[in-house]
Amino acid sequence: MISFEHVSITYPGATTPVLVDVNLQIPEGELVLVVGRTGSGKTTLLRAINGLVPHFTGGTLSGRILVDGRDTAVNPPRELADLVGVVPQDPMSGFVADIVEEELAYGMECLGLAPDVMRRRVEETLDLLGLVELRNRPLLSLSAGQRQRVAIGAVLTSHPKILVLDEPTSALDPGAAEDVLAALQRLVHDLNVTVVMAEHRLERVVQYADRVVVVPGDGEPVISGTASEMMGDAPIAPPVVELGRLAGWHPLPLTIRDARRAAGPLRELLTGRPAPLRVISGERDLAPLTSADHLTVRYGDVFALRNVSTTISSGEIVALMGRNGAGKSTLLNTMVGLKATSAGIVRTNGKDPREIKGSELVHCVGLVPQDPGDLLEASTVAGECRSSDHDASVDPGTTRALLALLAPEVLDGTHPRDLSEGQRLLLALAIVLAASPPLLLLDEPTRGLDYPTKTRLAKILRELAAGGHGILLATHDVELAAEVATRVIVLAEGEIVADGPTAEVVLTSPMFAPQVAKILAPEKWLTVAEVRAAITGEATG
Amino acid sequence: MIGSLHVIPRWLHPAAWWIWALGLAAAASRTTNPLLLLLIISVAALVVTARKPDAPWGRSFMFFLRLGVAVIVIRVLVQVVFGAAFGTTVLLPLPGVTLPSWLAGVRLGGDITFESLLMAFYDGLRLATILICVGAANSLASPSRLLKSVPAALYEFGVSVVVAMTFTPQLVIDVDRVRTARRLRGRPTTGIRAIAGSAMPVFEGALEKSVTLAAAMDSRGYGRRGALSAKKRRTNSALLLLGLVAACIGAYALIAAGSPVALGLPMLILGVSICLVSITLSARAAVRTRYRPDPWALPENLVAGAGVLVAMSFASAAWLLISGLDTPSNPPTWPALPLLPLAGLMIAATPAITAPPLPQPTLASARRNEIEVAA
Repeated sequence: MISFEHVSITYPGATTPVLVDVNLQIPEGELVLVVGRTGSGKTTLLRAINGLVPHFTGGTLSGRILVDGRDTAVNPPRELADLVGVVPQDPMSGFVADIVEEELAYGMECLGLAPDVMRRRVEETLDLLGLVELRNRPLLSLSAGQRQRVAIGAVLTSHPKILVLDEPTSALDPGAAEDVLAALQRLVHDLNVTVVMAEHRLERVVQYADRVVVVPGDGEPVISGTASEMMGDAPIAPPVVELGRLAGWHPLPLTIRDARRAAGPLRELLTGRPAPLRVISGERDLAPLTSADHLTVRYGDVFALRNVSTTISSGEIVALMGRNGAGKSTLLNTMVGLKATSAGIVRTNGKDPREIKGSELVHCVGLVPQDPGDLLEASTVAGECRSSDHDASVDPGTTRALLALLAPEVLDGTHPRDLSEGQRLLLALAIVLAASPPLLLLDEPTRGLDYPTKTRLAKILRELAAGGHGILLATHDVELAAEVATRVIVLAEGEIVADGPTAEVVLTSPMFAPQVAKILAPEKWLTVAEVRAAITGEATG
Repeated sequence: MIGSLHVIPRWLHPAAWWIWALGLAAAASRTTNPLLLLLIISVAALVVTARKPDAPWGRSFMFFLRLGVAVIVIRVLVQVVFGAAFGTTVLLPLPGVTLPSWLAGVRLGGDITFESLLMAFYDGLRLATILICVGAANSLASPSRLLKSVPAALYEFGVSVVVAMTFTPQLVIDVDRVRTARRLRGRPTTGIRAIAGSAMPVFEGALEKSVTLAAAMDSRGYGRRGALSAKKRRTNSALLLLGLVAACIGAYALIAAGSPVALGLPMLILGVSICLVSITLSARAAVRTRYRPDPWALPENLVAGAGVLVAMSFASAAWLLISGLDTPSNPPTWPALPLLPLAGLMIAATPAITAPPLPQPTLASARRNEIEVAA
């Protein structure tokens, strides 16, 4: 269906090619997962399938890409539109119409399909993706998961044989992600669509993949194979695979179900051994850094938060979880005074955050927003660091020194837009930490982060907490929460439904339990690292 | 049996709403009678309340009302500062400045008379009414649905306008995001420096989004080769533009007071026929098809007809020299209510009933999700 023959791609102005001598055959009806570090060329590979690279981006392509027999070198993306459907990373950015139904029809209108065919296909697609109730809704009013499904539907109506998706689940809560993946699987099984997708959250998708393509980056050759073959020694792997490697299971399980079947002996080995308790280390100031007391926040006549009471103290890492739209971001925004309260009291650093003005704010609390790029506005990393020192009124060089600790590979002259997602996050974190606020808030920090960067972030967060910072992070990433959090708060419809030590909250929840916990239940283990420590501790002791 | 025709909820053809609103606006342009103008505004408000959709563009009517008030205020202020005073009822005696001879005709300050203020108020009210009529059309007809009805020859133009309009709400969100970021970095969020500081990131963001959108549209087949050669397509578009210009000149000549009707009608007919030729030519070779095009049926005829009738009633009242269209401000007189325009206005209000009701999206869930956008 798709074949890459000795493909190399070089962007204009670049000295080295992004992809070197790629040879790849993707048969019809497969679900292919493209993995690799951020900036390794995954997106380039995806965009080459429908000719956006190089027709749209510029650059040179050598070798040949055949898509269902058509050469992308002579067919620009618009001529391949009936064959390849592309869903961009941020679905909102690709919407043309303003209402769901019209968006679904747009591609067909461009292809010039007959009106009765269009009508029928729109209805079929609405059913297939469960969008019937949304058909008359403005696109701006949809939630992230709904937008993702509309974006998939919008390309599906043209009946493409190939569907290309760039990180379709990274912005979604676990439930919405499962909906999207279920829809994709249905397409592969029932309609024989070939799906090619890039995704960092391997723990969500790897079990659905027939084939995995690893793009290592830095000119290393691209390799592909069946999912279990590739996971055996891939540098990045979801917890279920890592646990399998640790325990030496063969064949390597990719699903929770397979892993549970193999995990009997491991469970027995761990029985009776106490799972490590997460204690808050470091010096502790018992006074809360921020507190909410019967807090209610409204947008118009809709309640975003109802009667929320909680406190965050120093040394804690609290994970705030819940569906898209449950009120997580609102709680963070209220704690830094971006949003006014309707009832109840919020105190950050002992004051009403709305009253804290200007540079005083950055010294009490720092928020890294959902899109860390929002905080950045200079044209070089060095310029960004200088203006940060100025904003926080600290000694020149403070931010640069912090950044050197967090992300030593980032160079001064780089434009912040050219940094990878993870590097941008760490730069924003360095800016926020420059004023050394005791309270640190992070909104969805792992969106678009690869495993190595995530591991690094987890380490940084633990060190900050040990140094006395209090951290509250809103996240959909159950694995991150399991790894770092000392406490978990679950929000639903603006109310706190659970608030307690990580193990207590996540172990019992089907949605928020990490993979290791699901495999080893009823034993109470959260991460591969904990299990490894327990086993090797046994061996040495 | 009209009742049974609009039982099925559907969107009215946006062009019908625009014809109706422009008819009202044309009527407003013919009069300075404050009673008639206020009646026109009430008719527009009545129909908007009855048939406006619960969508972002549906809420723009309030904005136009406020804009109208601002226009009146500005018009009166301009009169106070620059206008030549006339009339005898001096409200506030003020010294005037005589400007040098090269600025002859411009006057600063001077006495403020009741008559001149009244004249300025009528004038401002007329302009405000025209604006409010446009606002009514804006909130009744989805802008993108109107553009869907744009003929294939103007399709490229239509898409760029749709994209521009989806970006406006997006821009508001962006401005908000940048303000947030400024607060988080401990910078001032108000004042000129704050605005200057946020402009760059907002525009950079908008530019980046346009590029992404262009890529997305290209991958979905926008601009596929059609059966028509590029040269022929360009000829067609040029022909259509020419026709539209001619039609506009014709329509203007027909509506504007004091221009010859003899020029208006032939120009209008010529323009419309050129447009029709171009549209049929490009429709024959169009690759694109249209999903669920809005039908033009009886309700559309009734709504557009109401607009045409109200414009005609005002125009013929002017032509028949029926008194009451103009209200003299010097000396001030109580405005009359002429019957013919009044009858026209009653017809103009009928779309509140004759237009079909709208299909309702699930409102509760739409509201709930607005929070996410806001957050």
